[in-house]
Amino acid sequence: MNDMAEALRIAVTLVLSGDGDLWEIVLLSLRVSLSATALACLIGMPLGALLATQRFAGRGAAIVCINALMGLPPVVVGLMVYLALSRSGPLGTFGLLYTPAAMIIAQTILIAPIVAALSRQVLEALHLEYDEQFRSLGLGRVAAIRALLWDGRFALMTVGLAGFGRAIAEVGAVIVVGGNIDHLTRVMTTAIALETSKGDLALALALGLVLMVLALVVNAAVHGVRNSEGQLAHA
Amino acid sequence: MRDFIETGRREAPRLTLSDLSVEIGGRVLLDRVEMAVPRQGITTILGPNGAGKSLLLRAIHGLIPHAGRIDWGQGAAPRQALVFQKPVLLRRSVAANMAFVLGRDHARSHALLAEMGLQDRADQPARRLSGGEQQRLALARALATDPELLLLDEPTASLDPASAAMIEAVLRRVAARGTTILMVTHDIAQARRIADHAMVMCRGRIAEAGAAMRILAAPATPVARDFLEGRLVP
Repeated sequence: MNDMAEALRIAVTLVLSGDGDLWEIVLLSLRVSLSATALACLIGMPLGALLATQRFAGRGAAIVCINALMGLPPVVVGLMVYLALSRSGPLGTFGLLYTPAAMIIAQTILIAPIVAALSRQVLEALHLEYDEQFRSLGLGRVAAIRALLWDGRFALMTVGLAGFGRAIAEVGAVIVVGGNIDHLTRVMTTAIALETSKGDLALALALGLVLMVLALVVNAAVHGVRNSEGQLAHA
Repeated sequence: MRDFIETGRREAPRLTLSDLSVEIGGRVLLDRVEMAVPRQGITTILGPNGAGKSLLLRAIHGLIPHAGRIDWGQGAAPRQALVFQKPVLLRRSVAANMAFVLGRDHARSHALLAEMGLQDRADQPARRLSGGEQQRLALARALATDPELLLLDEPTASLDPASAAMIEAVLRRVAARGTTILMVTHDIAQARRIADHAMVMCRGRIAEAGAAMRILAAPATPVARDFLEGRLVP
């Protein structure tokens, strides 16, 4: 129990002292996960909008597939990306394996289906409400999708947040394709796993604390934006 | 037999429906409707619930597939707008709802909002307006498309008398400017106040059509008579 308390004390000190190693890991984690979230939103939201608004043969199967992909095991994604990026793989020539870029690719593949599936749900409800009005106004397909994305922006913010939450907390895929290399690809989750296995609970706890505070701050920020915008301007 | 409305003029109707039918889920909801809507004035469609009035508006507006023919008289379909019973407003400010249709034409947006008495509400969230204000905004947005044919699906249902009167006044002005108005209403008193022409629908067909004053005062068919006198329509 005392060890635990001591580890926690050191962890808080590490966070507050601005330890270089710690903040390097934190910043890389944010860079990788925010990039992956942005890419996943760029891919997933238009895809979700397309599935929400268009009727085509195989739409039901596509929705089932996207929903199923939400549960992709991270290590399997890591393995697939590893095989694609390894020297003998189809994308081996780019030399991306064990770089932050490889980690961004893996996390994007992991969370794009989550963003697409949740966006479809959000936008389908909105589409049901707006469809006849848009058709009445003679709105084209692209303009209608753009309007849906704009009007659903606060709900979609939550979707992006869900994707970010999955990305920042993910360890299986980034450890396979990033390799957890110190000062290069070490992120919070892989560092926590490593430090815990080494018995350095202080650094692991410090990173865990930062991770939780980060999740709290991002959630609070989005909640705040949704509330203030919703009340002040757009109901 | 086609239900022509006697307009007293020799003017081509705005639209003529021939054999217009709508079938949904194996049920015939509009059954070979034949009717002509005069170019001038306000035409109201009356009838009991489930008569097919709203469906008829949607079919005319092209929102639902139908069999039969819609003849627009002179060439292509006119510019048209539909105001729904429950206004569908974007999750944006009043001004942004107008801009969605008008783009950067702020002057026209301001003029239309002023006509609807909403000029002071421009920056407010559209979905926070009262029911009457929301319906007026929906009407303003429809008018922003400069329609030659304005379709209205019970625009004053569930509004208080003052809000309904305001919308009726706007509709009279719009009709006077030459826009054809085809409006579904349950409110017989409202039809008496503003309609130039009236049709009574029942079970997917036009039971009777003609000058509003005549139909509302002395309906010729038993169905129209039962409806207008408040009896259950068989």
